[in-house]
Amino acid sequence: MTAENLVEIDAVNFGYGRRPVLEGISMRVPRGKVVAIMGGSGCGKTTLLRLIGGQLRPGKGAIRVDGKVVHELDREGLYALRRRMSMLFQFGALFTDMTVFDNVAFPLREHAGISEEMVRDLVLMKLEAVGLRGAHNLMPSELSGGMARRVALARAVVMDPMLVMYDEPFAGLDPISMSVVGSLIRRLNDALGATSIIVTHDVVESMQIVDYLYFVAEGRVVGEGTPQQIRETQLPVVHQFVHGETDGPVPFHYPAPSYDEDVGLAAARAEAAHA
Amino acid sequence: MLDRARRTLVRLGHNFIDNVWRVGAMTRFFFMLMVASGTSLRRFRLVMREVYFTGVLSLIIIVVSGLFVGMVLGLQGFETLQTYGAQDSVGVLVALSLLRELGPVVAALLFASRAGSAITAEIGLMKATEQLTAMDMMAVSPMARVIAPRFWAGVISMPLLAAIFSAMGIFGGYLVAVVMIGVDNGTFWSQMQAAVDFRYDVMNGVVKSIVFGIAVTVIATFEGFDAPPTAEGVSGATTRTVVSSSLAILSLDLVLTALMLRGDY
Repeated sequence: MTAENLVEIDAVNFGYGRRPVLEGISMRVPRGKVVAIMGGSGCGKTTLLRLIGGQLRPGKGAIRVDGKVVHELDREGLYALRRRMSMLFQFGALFTDMTVFDNVAFPLREHAGISEEMVRDLVLMKLEAVGLRGAHNLMPSELSGGMARRVALARAVVMDPMLVMYDEPFAGLDPISMSVVGSLIRRLNDALGATSIIVTHDVVESMQIVDYLYFVAEGRVVGEGTPQQIRETQLPVVHQFVHGETDGPVPFHYPAPSYDEDVGLAAARAEAAHA
Repeated sequence: MLDRARRTLVRLGHNFIDNVWRVGAMTRFFFMLMVASGTSLRRFRLVMREVYFTGVLSLIIIVVSGLFVGMVLGLQGFETLQTYGAQDSVGVLVALSLLRELGPVVAALLFASRAGSAITAEIGLMKATEQLTAMDMMAVSPMARVIAPRFWAGVISMPLLAAIFSAMGIFGGYLVAVVMIGVDNGTFWSQMQAAVDFRYDVMNGVVKSIVFGIAVTVIATFEGFDAPPTAEGVSGATTRTVVSSSLAILSLDLVLTALMLRGDY
């Protein structure tokens, strides 16, 4: 473990039941940087975040966050670590029975042990940063998708965490909300001196805000580099992903027996040949 | 034919193992709940908030049902007792039926359908929308913050609701027997007072309703927590809460009644 890396993933294997998801994956996330993990749907990106957060245990290998091996921590150790990290879920995961204000105040009230006036100031400060101070009285059901994501972002950074993990922060957003969320991630990361990991499949948006990218396919890192290096890469799988080609190393078809066989053409041909 | 029999047997075996597994998982869940209860008992405000949602909001159905059940008991009791010339004892019949059986049992059945299903659906949807995972990631235990307050709220609300149900039922019986039919007011109340024993009738009813409260809320919270995070999963869990709670209430009632009767036959 080197001091400049906040997160180190070393040869991690993980599977759901017998289905392997990650096979010997290794990554480094330097302190203060915004790193993107990209890959197609179902390639194990979200699983990786859950492993970093200690919600899942790796089958093999180890994940270190701030020098601690996550899966070796007991419950108290894990909760102590989680107080210094936060996660933005794909659809915000706001508590639907609380107002926007109470959602953002939740981690402070649970952990910080500070006065209600201070909670109010801190919450309004974070809501101001995401441009939603005026919406603090609304319920999550009254927010648009983009607004909900911004409230969740305010909640994720309210404790000034050392590590923020974003699970598909751009999914389902219109272009304006997308660039608002993108620039907020970058700005908040730099202002808080935090480190960010973004799991996404949104190439264009993330290329503009991240410092480094990892491409994951079939449970392995298949390419990595700065946005500039990624744009220039000749690696077929990265090229396919960046340029959105429908077929290539990542196949269009789900594995299946040959089409001729499935629709009975092979038998018909054999019969015709025999006749 | 043989193949079909084999498949049926396999299915039955799977269902059996699955149910045994669920009982084990629920027991483990109950112990985890007990361990996590410290926070909610220290921060009692969390429990009181849930008492409002599960208890206070169930009041209307409990009050109205109690009143009607008591009125029907009054009518039926008067009709039957009249045959033996014992119509003055209708107050005793109404009070004992309600305090010993109908109060705890019907109130628990109504509580399971009104509050139990709501608890399951709420926790199931919180799970489906990743709210529980988000809480866990914020180093806040969902067991302590979400499940335990709902459990204790149910345990507190249930005996109170059963008591209110019985009180409303006795009032309903009074309306029918005294106000409508004309049974003597003094006889109605004095016979009831003489025949109802506080420890044997009232307290046993309270014990029953506490046991039902524990059973219903453990089932409701477990089903919500265990629900597959899909629309179908949550709807299935809600149905299971009502069915399992009702069966648990009725079977526990038989066991408790058998234990509580003095048995001088």
